[in-house]
Amino acid sequence: MSTINTAWDHRTSNIIKTWLIMFFFSIFTVAVVYLIARGFGYGEVGGLGIVGFALIMAGIMNFVSYFWSDKIVLGVSGAKPIKKEGNPQVYRTVENLCIAAGLPTPKIYIIDDTATNAFATGRDPKHAAIAFTKGILQKLNKQELEGVTAHELSHVGSRDTLVMAVVSVLVGTIALLSDFFMRSMWYGSRDREGRGNQLFVILAIVAAILAPIVATLIQLAVSRRREFLADASGVLLTRYPSGLASALQKISSDREPLEVANRGTAHLYIANPFKGQEAKQWLAGLFNTHPPIEARIKALQEMEGEV
Amino acid sequence: MFTTYIIIGALVLVVIWLLATYNGLITLRNRVKEAWSQIDVQLKRRSSLIPNLVEAVKGYAKHEKGVFTEVTKARTALMGAKNPHEAAEANNMLTGALKSLFAVAEAYPELKASENFKQLQEEISDTETKVAASRQFYNTNVLDLNNSLETIPSAWVGSAFGFRKEEFFKATDEEKKDIEVKF
Repeated sequence: MSTINTAWDHRTSNIIKTWLIMFFFSIFTVAVVYLIARGFGYGEVGGLGIVGFALIMAGIMNFVSYFWSDKIVLGVSGAKPIKKEGNPQVYRTVENLCIAAGLPTPKIYIIDDTATNAFATGRDPKHAAIAFTKGILQKLNKQELEGVTAHELSHVGSRDTLVMAVVSVLVGTIALLSDFFMRSMWYGSRDREGRGNQLFVILAIVAAILAPIVATLIQLAVSRRREFLADASGVLLTRYPSGLASALQKISSDREPLEVANRGTAHLYIANPFKGQEAKQWLAGLFNTHPPIEARIKALQEMEGEV
Repeated sequence: MFTTYIIIGALVLVVIWLLATYNGLITLRNRVKEAWSQIDVQLKRRSSLIPNLVEAVKGYAKHEKGVFTEVTKARTALMGAKNPHEAAEANNMLTGALKSLFAVAEAYPELKASENFKQLQEEISDTETKVAASRQFYNTNVLDLNNSLETIPSAWVGSAFGFRKEEFFKATDEEKKDIEVKF
């Protein structure tokens, strides 16, 4: 066992793990694309033409949600912008942590909801936005709020909107390709003779059924990795792991779900907004957008030197 | 023929690596400079608040001249600081002087209760946080530069082109002492 201790070590290990996942994801994507292209079997060009089409479609869809990520998410969650005059404490917390992180101060929003949660979004640090629910501002003390803010600013600093957009393009390409292929199997019996090797058709069917699920699982694994990474980078800003740990404790003990969150925006929040629905078993845990709070707190305690 | 190509290829790679490392070091050094100028911005902001504070306290406690001179002296030193080391020292001096100024203010309930004074106090404590934050960012950048200058192979490029390690913006012993809280 390696001894992971400081926040620096946690940060490095999570960055390496993200890259490893991305590396295997690329190989996986190439393999799936190859199988399905062969399964289509209209020669290399025909199959690859469809791959290109899927890639472009997925690219365009995700570009829209990436480029206008702040506007879309803030609009969906009904967040209202605040000024320094109205909420000097929140504003100063964000502003001062941004100075420490070397980031421009993002736009700050408040969601009128008593649930305890927060999120950050935006395509780059200059277009970033950070949002807090009213509940989180009421329930957390200064150190806890700093911990949460530092976590969110770390998402901004490590460009997680971009990371997740790239992952979404790959997931989308695989999903579209699998879908095209299955449709062509149902409706395309006319040119069955034109198809290639029967073995590849069978392999492609298997790939088309399994690949979208596997791709989604990989996407969720990246999302969980980035949460751990943002925790560690956030601690490097505040140098106070207990602040974030006790904030997470408070957030998880509050059972109120956040109504304005949906499946598309859940991964953005600091903790899963659908309270009480987190799966505890390992297998079901693969479908979670966030790591279990206990695991995150344990990592934070390690950074504090308590383990 | 073939070996010539390999040698040329290897040389090209070495030159590309050299350029990339050199440019990387320049970038790191510039980041340290930029981070330093950010501390400077916050220190200026801090010292610009001082005259207002002094005026506000003077209105109630004219005779505490010693404290005012201390604060003014520290402020002047801070304005004139030319390098991280001097600025750190002047900044710590100012922190100490402000502490005694606020201690003086404790003796004047009317002053403490005045809206103007409360606001100033808030502003000043916020600026102190900002100075600390920009100091932290500066140190992060110094760490990046120093890491590159001490780890191989970038250390070789660094010493060949005369790059120097930068100094961290450190706390003094004064600051490290526990703060006494009185009620």
